[in-house]
Amino acid sequence: MTAWLSLLQRLSALVLAPLVLVHLGLMVYAIGDGLTAAEILGRTRGSLFWALFYGLFVIAAAVHGPIGLRTVLAEMTAWRGRSLDRALLAFGLVLLALGARAVLAVVLPGAAP
Amino acid sequence: MSQTGRSERELTVEVWRGGAEGRFERYRVPARENQSVLDLVTWVQRHLEPALAYRFACRVGMCGSCAMTVNGRPRWTCRTHVGQVAKGGRLKIAPLGNLPVIRDLVTDMTPFFEKWQRARGRFSPTRTREDEPAAVDPGSKARRAADAGIECINCAVCTAACDVVRWNPDYLGPAALNRAWTLINDARDGARAARLAAVSGAAGCHNCHSHQGCAEHCPMGLNPTAAIAGLKRASLIALLKGELS
Ligand code: SF4
Ligand code: SF4
Ligand code: FES
Repeated sequence: MTAWLSLLQRLSALVLAPLVLVHLGLMVYAIGDGLTAAEILGRTRGSLFWALFYGLFVIAAAVHGPIGLRTVLAEMTAWRGRSLDRALLAFGLVLLALGARAVLAVVLPGAAP
Repeated sequence: MSQTGRSERELTVEVWRGGAEGRFERYRVPARENQSVLDLVTWVQRHLEPALAYRFACRVGMCGSCAMTVNGRPRWTCRTHVGQVAKGGRLKIAPLGNLPVIRDLVTDMTPFFEKWQRARGRFSPTRTREDEPAAVDPGSKARRAADAGIECINCAVCTAACDVVRWNPDYLGPAALNRAWTLINDARDGARAARLAAVSGAAGCHNCHSHQGCAEHCPMGLNPTAAIAGLKRASLIALLKGELS
């Protein structure tokens, strides 16, 4: 399992790196240009591109975060083994659910906010 | 001790006495032009503290038995010149870190060598004396990778310098993993798959942070970090090929 986690950690990092950069650039652009929430939603709603972009982002983050946290906790505290693995699996699922909810809220075509 | 008082230069040497619980004792030792940290410890034992326990054998940097913590850094003491490390004529000598202390400057090396076994650090021959000797090209990539790590003297300095060993005492550590990497690259060895499985488990190579504390401190100038990076690569490739049991 350790080797699998290590592989997933690297792959998710590979995916996250460019996505984070684009995301940060996007934030700077949106805030600098003073786009309103309605204008942003107008561009994201119904967009397959943004659905895939942030969908992938959420999956990669939900994989990457818990694996890293598992290592930090195992090294810095005495918490190891199965209970730690279960707790972090749960943490990953929570991240995935919260992230998916946020992505759906901005990409699903719907009423104005 | 010095009869002439101020005319002879002296060093102040603090030496750990006791087991895991203990204290530093202070000794005054004559400073000589040429002396190693091991010479100082020997002087203390011969002249001031006959019960002082410490370990050495070869005194020339070959056996790996004399490692201690000198002014906070793990070092081989027989090849560490006092002039190199004595700041203002003061030295603090403790047992090697990340290992259980038996007494004074002697640590229990058992966990260190058990890790060599757990990492399958022993050669698994594929031929007998009846066979032709294997032809190994000294210029091949694998042989050069093996040669780069082969001069390890088992001193455990790298393991004492490794933060991950301190955080997780089960971690196989730089020396055992370096040894495993030399065997993975040994064309005559027949246990590649079992060894890759042994080094890529929960206590294995994937714990390494690649921060090179081991390489920085290794007195033989080896680079266990590079060896461990090689193991990580080889184990992930084996994983993707479905060869990692
Ligand atoms: S590079 Fe790896 S093995 Fe070497 S000291 Fe750092 S964590 Fe330990
Ligand atoms: S790798 Fe270097 S520091 Fe570590 S045990 Fe071998 S010789 Fe000593
Ligand atoms: S006494 Fe042998 S290496 Fe120092």
